Amino acid sequence: MTTPQRLVVVGASLAGLRAVEGARASGFTGSITLIGAEDHLPYDRPPLSKAYLAEAPGGPPDTTFRTEDTLRGELGVDLRLGARATGLDTEGGVVLVDGGAPVPYDALVIATGAVARVLPATEGLAGVHTLRTADDAAAVRRALDDRARLVVVGAGFIGSEVASAARERGLPVTVVEAADVPLRRALGDEMGMACAALHDRAGTDLRRGVSVRAIRRDGEGIGVELGDGSTLHAGLVVAGIGADPATSWLDGSGVALADGVRCDRTLATSVRGVYAAGDVAHWHNPLFGQPMRLEHWTSAAEQGATAAVNALKPAEARPYSTVPYFWSDWYGTRIQFVGISRADEVRVVSGDPADGRWVALYRTGERLTGALAVDHPTHIMKYRVMINRGCTWNDALDFARERNARARRTTAVA
Amino acid sequence: MKILLDRGKCTGLGICESLSPEVFEVDDEGALVLSTDVVPDGKLAEIRAAVTSCPTEALRLTED
Ligand SMILES: Cc1cc2nc3c(=O)[nH]c(=O)nc-3n(C[C@H](O)[C@H](O)[C@H](O)COP(=O)(O)OP(=O)(O)OC[C@H]3O[C@@H](n4cnc5c(N)ncnc54)[C@H](O)[C@@H]3O)c2cc1C
Ligand code: SF4
Repeated sequence: MTTPQRLVVVGASLAGLRAVEGARASGFTGSITLIGAEDHLPYDRPPLSKAYLAEAPGGPPDTTFRTEDTLRGELGVDLRLGARATGLDTEGGVVLVDGGAPVPYDALVIATGAVARVLPATEGLAGVHTLRTADDAAAVRRALDDRARLVVVGAGFIGSEVASAARERGLPVTVVEAADVPLRRALGDEMGMACAALHDRAGTDLRRGVSVRAIRRDGEGIGVELGDGSTLHAGLVVAGIGADPATSWLDGSGVALADGVRCDRTLATSVRGVYAAGDVAHWHNPLFGQPMRLEHWTSAAEQGATAAVNALKPAEARPYSTVPYFWSDWYGTRIQFVGISRADEVRVVSGDPADGRWVALYRTGERLTGALAVDHPTHIMKYRVMINRGCTWNDALDFARERNARARRTTAVA
Repeated sequence: MKILLDRGKCTGLGICESLSPEVFEVDDEGALVLSTDVVPDGKLAEIRAAVTSCPTEALRLTED
């Protein structure tokens, strides 16, 4: 097989940018085309629900990753912004682009990420937003600047961060969560509840097990009608009800889909020369011996680079394995999670949820498979390293005991 | 080679620590501590990985 000369990356965000940078860092000198539906240069999303929403006299921080000069000049990228891929012809080896000529490729990286789910029948309703893009964040920020009364639908990480930003501005916030336990999938029942308590401490009105029946304009504001028949009045509604992988443009392309783009351990899709990375990729993580799709910054960045290098040198393709990691900042508290949350046992080993600071470990069989740290930044990465090494549960407990003893000694000295 | 840390950018997320635990450690207050600012023998690869993995681009490598 001849070496690929034309790399095309679809999706100009974190994974797409890292694909471009990874390709150049590996010595690739062929052409690179980066196709992105948004008009913006690639930018960073985590700050959009954090620092970007805070009251700041100098305006919100700019989260653009690279200048246009860097992308076009230094990285030699043919940058196509505001260009949505509408289809993929894997026989002919071309990407179809809305309003433009088809783009031929020898190697392709799919990095189209995920799209925020929209509350039914609210599309285009003024004051009702999701939070996924820079444009979304700007709209939410403007409404907070106007001191709008906020109702958040969904007590997941992004919804909780928006609630936190509003509380820090002194605004009243109600969070409506359909499930009895928030964050069940991300953290498990016990820890989902423990984190939810952070809302109560901060004065956010969290309503669990409450569904939203309808949302409509209501005079000057928005009425959020709940399952119990009551109505909440809001100036701003933010839906944080999850995101779906952006794969509709791949329908009929022959690329196998299953909750995202199905990939093997090297991020290769079912079609030769086509790889996927980031929130859109459902790949086999060798470390846990199971397929997973993550919506986390760290894996999106790492997968971007790996997918591009593998697409360019398939004969030497390396598997991508990782201990999943994400963080979230609520009310000045940092929540960090490593590993996977489905477990046989979850045990608090340091601190105490009642104090709003703790560490919990997750056991599967005899192995340590997950760790949650709430305001314990010095602990979490040590557990990530341990999970990566296949550390046993007992060794992890010993380590926790030793850390606690050390913390007690330092407090005694101080 | 030297490791440069921009404390104004670092938010203590600790990804560097998980990749190169002997060089980087986040302390109890969430501040990053470097055990050395000179790249130790045999650690260049993992430190490079840490530098490129930092979400806030707070780390850089320079020739002395
Ligand atoms: C508000 C917010 C806060 C977050 N906070 C955290 C956090 O604290 N910690 C953490 O670990 N993670 C966090 N994340 C998740 C993290 O940002 C994502 O994992 C990361 O952005 C994924 O990158 P990606 O490149 O795979 O996809 P995306 O960032 O979703 O980018 C995909 C890009 O592809 C484009 N695209 C889609 N379809 C097409 C098409 N057909 N043609 C062309 N372009 C297309 C989209 O417009 C988009 O620009 C957060 C995400 C959000 C939205
Ligand atoms: S990865 Fe970056 S932000 Fe995180 S602790 Fe290391 S230097 Fe700081």
